[in-house]
Amino acid sequence: MSNPDPGEEHGPPAVEIRGLRYAFGETTAVDGLDLTVHSGEIFGLLGPNGAGKTTTIRAITALLPVPPGVIEVFGRDVARRRMAVRRMIGYVPQQLSADGGLTGAENVALFARLFDVPGNRRKAQVAEALEMVGLSDVAGRRASTYSGGMIRRLELAQALVSSPRLLILDEPTIGLDPVARAGVWERIAAVRAQTGMTVLVTTHYMDEAEQTCDRVAMMHHGRLGALGTPAELIAGLGIENGSLDDVFRAYAGVSTSDESDDRDNGMRGVRAARRTAGRLG
Amino acid sequence: MPPAVPPAVSADPAWADVDRPLGVRRVLSRVVSLCLVELQKLRHDRSELITRAIQPSLWLLIFGTTFTRLGNVPTGGVPYLDFLAPGVLAQATLFVSIFYGIQVIWERDAGLLAKLMVTPTPRAALVAGKAFAAGVRGLAQALIVFVLAVILGVHLTWNPLRLLGVIVVVLLGAAFFCCLSITVAGLAMTRDRMMGIGQAIMMPLFFASNALYPLDLMPRWLRALAHVNPLSYQVDALRGLLIGTPAHLLLDFGVLVGATALSITAAAGLLARLSR
Repeated sequence: MSNPDPGEEHGPPAVEIRGLRYAFGETTAVDGLDLTVHSGEIFGLLGPNGAGKTTTIRAITALLPVPPGVIEVFGRDVARRRMAVRRMIGYVPQQLSADGGLTGAENVALFARLFDVPGNRRKAQVAEALEMVGLSDVAGRRASTYSGGMIRRLELAQALVSSPRLLILDEPTIGLDPVARAGVWERIAAVRAQTGMTVLVTTHYMDEAEQTCDRVAMMHHGRLGALGTPAELIAGLGIENGSLDDVFRAYAGVSTSDESDDRDNGMRGVRAARRTAGRLG
Repeated sequence: MPPAVPPAVSADPAWADVDRPLGVRRVLSRVVSLCLVELQKLRHDRSELITRAIQPSLWLLIFGTTFTRLGNVPTGGVPYLDFLAPGVLAQATLFVSIFYGIQVIWERDAGLLAKLMVTPTPRAALVAGKAFAAGVRGLAQALIVFVLAVILGVHLTWNPLRLLGVIVVVLLGAAFFCCLSITVAGLAMTRDRMMGIGQAIMMPLFFASNALYPLDLMPRWLRALAHVNPLSYQVDALRGLLIGTPAHLLLDFGVLVGATALSITAAAGLLARLSR
């Protein structure tokens, strides 16, 4: 595979997608996507609800059936080497999904076990992951007593406990209050600084992406609209005091605050948001 | 932001040898991990153990003691309450297991299932983990029924080998009905539908078995149903082990192992559909 960016380190890219298509029945969620995520960067996959972001994530994690030769994670084909790919991935889904019946530490320990962290290292590894997300003090409390922001950070610890090469976060700040949002992004940035792992994150909050992501891709109706660093994309607009939000509007033709006209996948997005709201409420 | 510790960019940790095949030992350790979680949850909230014990207790206390007075159920010479106790024990585990399908749908809706499925755990191991977690809960319920039966004066065995057999039978029975439930969940897809189906299959499974009365008492069509109902084999084995009535232990174990393996396979096949 040729490296599209000669300035990058050698070794395979974190994610390489070539011509990904996926349809749910009649609706095409992803329509011919080509994308490369370099090793070590924080990559933002942006777009409105229903742009195909979550479908792309679910294809990378092999939750959706994808034919061989379409997606590689660190050089391993997702369709052929599912277990190897999953060993390298830490995944935080869109919904707040810690097990309320278990303590914070037990939630994290389960994932340490499922990723074969050996018994003699497990306790230290769990404690370290909880420390990283600032939950050490409440590790012995049941997750059902956690706030939404705490659950999201607990999930981050669950994903980090196996020391993955690639951290995948699907809308990590959806349904959280502004303080909790800032907290989550801070942790993500800190983890990357600390470990150097690759982070692939989807969001439709442009301001958050602008602050944290090294490079971003704009998705709309299952296709790639634009790709580059936030600064490059904003500069490309040629307007003063532009923001990623303006870039988004230019490419997608709609404002991020007006997402009601989504067609693809709209109901799925609504359903997910309701679940999140239900669990928070 | 300045890094707190020097970056450990280069190597994966030793346990993350990504290209090594999983192997039997690691797959089994995942199943055990998923069962362990069930024990931890039980430890945190014991109230469920009590509420789930109410129904089997009523069957023993009210149905059992009343029917004992009837005196003419052909139980092969044992008191009716003795005959009934293993049946209620099996029922208690059945009622626990049959709700696992609803739990899986809830976990799907909550994003937990997707998170588990993205770990390096084969689907069959995820399902087997659930199945034997149901077994853990089933054992807890069985213990309560056992104690209650002893208090009511039922003559149960204290032979450790036989009790070991009872544990295996309870585990297998719970695992089978759990996977049956997950399989149905994979077809029903929504929680509301699954609630209805759960209720609809639970009682027929119980009534169309030898849990409450001997097979010989049934009309022919019902007896045919009872013969294909794995619960009958579970009850037969439990009765043989616990109160020493003549049982077809080899056949019973064979049917339970076969049914469990089959249902794990079916449920694992439908798990991907559930999480799509």
